[in-house]
Amino acid sequence: MATRDIVIAQRTPAASSSRRKMGLRLTRVTGLILSLAILTAGSVIILMPLVWMLSTSLKTDTSATVFPPQWIPQDPRQAVIDGKKYYLYDIAVDGQMRQLALLRKESGKGIFVDPADPSVTYALDTNSGKRVQDVVLHWENYPATFTKVPFLKYLSNTMIIVVTTTIGVLISCILVAYGFSRFRARWLDVFFLILLSTIMLPPQVTLIPQFVIFQKMGWYDTYLPLIVPAFFANAWDVFLLRQFFMSIPLELDEAATIDGAGPLGVLLYIIIPQAWPAVATVAIFHFLYAWNDFFYPLIYIQSKDKWTVALGLQSFNALYARNYSSMMAAATVTMLPCLLLFFFAQKLFIQGIVVSGIKG
Amino acid sequence: MATATTAKKRKLVSLSKREARWAYFLIGPWIVGFLIFTFGPMIASLLFSFTDYAVAKPTHWLGLKNFAEMFLGDYRFWWSLRVTLFYAIFSIPIGLAVGLLLALLLNTKVPGITLWRTAYYTPSVVSGVAVAVLWAQVFNPRFGIINWLLSLLHIKGPGWLADPKTALWALIIMSLWGVGGGMIIYLAGLQGIPTALYEAAEIDGATSTQCFFSITLPLITPVLFYNLVTGIIGTFQIFTSVYVMTAGGPGEATLFYNLYLYNNAFRYGRMGYASAMAWILLLIVMALTLLVFRSSAAWVYYEGELRKR
Repeated sequence: MATRDIVIAQRTPAASSSRRKMGLRLTRVTGLILSLAILTAGSVIILMPLVWMLSTSLKTDTSATVFPPQWIPQDPRQAVIDGKKYYLYDIAVDGQMRQLALLRKESGKGIFVDPADPSVTYALDTNSGKRVQDVVLHWENYPATFTKVPFLKYLSNTMIIVVTTTIGVLISCILVAYGFSRFRARWLDVFFLILLSTIMLPPQVTLIPQFVIFQKMGWYDTYLPLIVPAFFANAWDVFLLRQFFMSIPLELDEAATIDGAGPLGVLLYIIIPQAWPAVATVAIFHFLYAWNDFFYPLIYIQSKDKWTVALGLQSFNALYARNYSSMMAAATVTMLPCLLLFFFAQKLFIQGIVVSGIKG
Repeated sequence: MATATTAKKRKLVSLSKREARWAYFLIGPWIVGFLIFTFGPMIASLLFSFTDYAVAKPTHWLGLKNFAEMFLGDYRFWWSLRVTLFYAIFSIPIGLAVGLLLALLLNTKVPGITLWRTAYYTPSVVSGVAVAVLWAQVFNPRFGIINWLLSLLHIKGPGWLADPKTALWALIIMSLWGVGGGMIIYLAGLQGIPTALYEAAEIDGATSTQCFFSITLPLITPVLFYNLVTGIIGTFQIFTSVYVMTAGGPGEATLFYNLYLYNNAFRYGRMGYASAMAWILLLIVMALTLLVFRSSAAWVYYEGELRKR
């Protein structure tokens, strides 16, 4: 009796489960297709502005403002008749497609001629034809942008700030994170709590006195207010590095100590080599921050020859707002280093966001 | 015997002293920086907030006058607060929902996860003036691609940044461009949920909707919580996009709190008043964060609770 019961109990669910499995597989396939469809639509929309920016940067200002927008930069083809330029149209004449130039419009009709034989005119409906377009990439927009404003100067100014502050952030944050992760001392926990709480502190609260101090020190219109604070560590990067340092086994430190390494030796030969992904992540995120920073250069830097890319781009925007293609060329150049960095160091990016995000 | 133990103790004491000395030597740069760049300026700005401090002019003690003016006489203060909160109320929840939805889709074992992740995260690596300049063109009412997309749906697009009614909405839409950052954090959270929980639920015959509401959502709440708090703090820092794209306009439609604070400090030279605004901002952020923290007991689920039970 007992064995039969078991057999029955096993058989019934098995029979219905195979049917259920079929159903599940079907819903899974439709679910997958639906997911892919949504993801594709979403990524097309999200990448559209970037593609449009690149495309506009290679257009003339006239074709940049065409509606509906052209995704591939095109210029209308023109024909010269008697020293004057006219747009060419693909248009049907008596059922035959021909390429004609539009001379003028007269009472709703377009007056067209064949550029090869301008003596014969045709009155046709303009809407039945299509302008002839040639794909032309206006790469010259880029050098033109560089000559309108000293963009290369701004780039090198920005690089000076980015490189020095990255060095400052790395040195100071590594030392401080090492102190917080590997040593015991009274009040150290209190200091760590204070450090963490500064993450929540809105920078506006310290902004004005900082500005006044730097001004009184004669640092206004120099890079010092932007560079010097980087050498005194910041809560965000210290936290990220400390979390990583904590995960390195203490046995490694001890082995190095037995081999005669001091605290700095342990940092140099054990911690930093072990933690290099975290160190690289900090460097990358600081690079992005310093490269794109607008607020602090805006309030501290006045002289045009000291401007950063962000300041230069803003003034370019104010001066040449209608030079649509040049604007997009300038924006493309500004974004390019960040995009390249991302594509070449994706793993570090993802890791950095996850570490700083999840455990924060 | 006795002398040996004291010697041993002394050596221990000196060892722990040496360790402490190293600790303070290493964190020294931060302590010095904290005192000079954070603590000192905080006290100073608190003092400034009770004065009419302006770099070039003599300073007078005003007592609470700045705060009285702000609350009773300055409609722009209330307006900028309204603009900022309106933006936060829409951009933060929509951003949370879209980011979570994308992460859920990516977590269903779709092929090419790295590719999707790259596509959605790319906009998050660019920021600042370049992005503002780009989006100003994206929202161009004549030839911008937003109105082009709307025209495909046979909708006549509004004037966006040129229209006081839609300018703030344009900035809210633009904020969604950065959902990739939140998405990656959610994805990591989702991948951290033990699959055993889902297997157990499947054996119990739970539907996927049930799984979502009783496993996924509760376990992802700490991450939602984190993104909510950082989102609130971030909204009060918005500056570059507004400064470049609208300068607070048209009219005062996008006069964000931070922009109005900047205007007071660096355009009108009212540094005392701006300091008072900064301290009110600190109180607002603290109050909101506290509110979220307090309420979190009701809706945020920490795995540690499992062990407590």
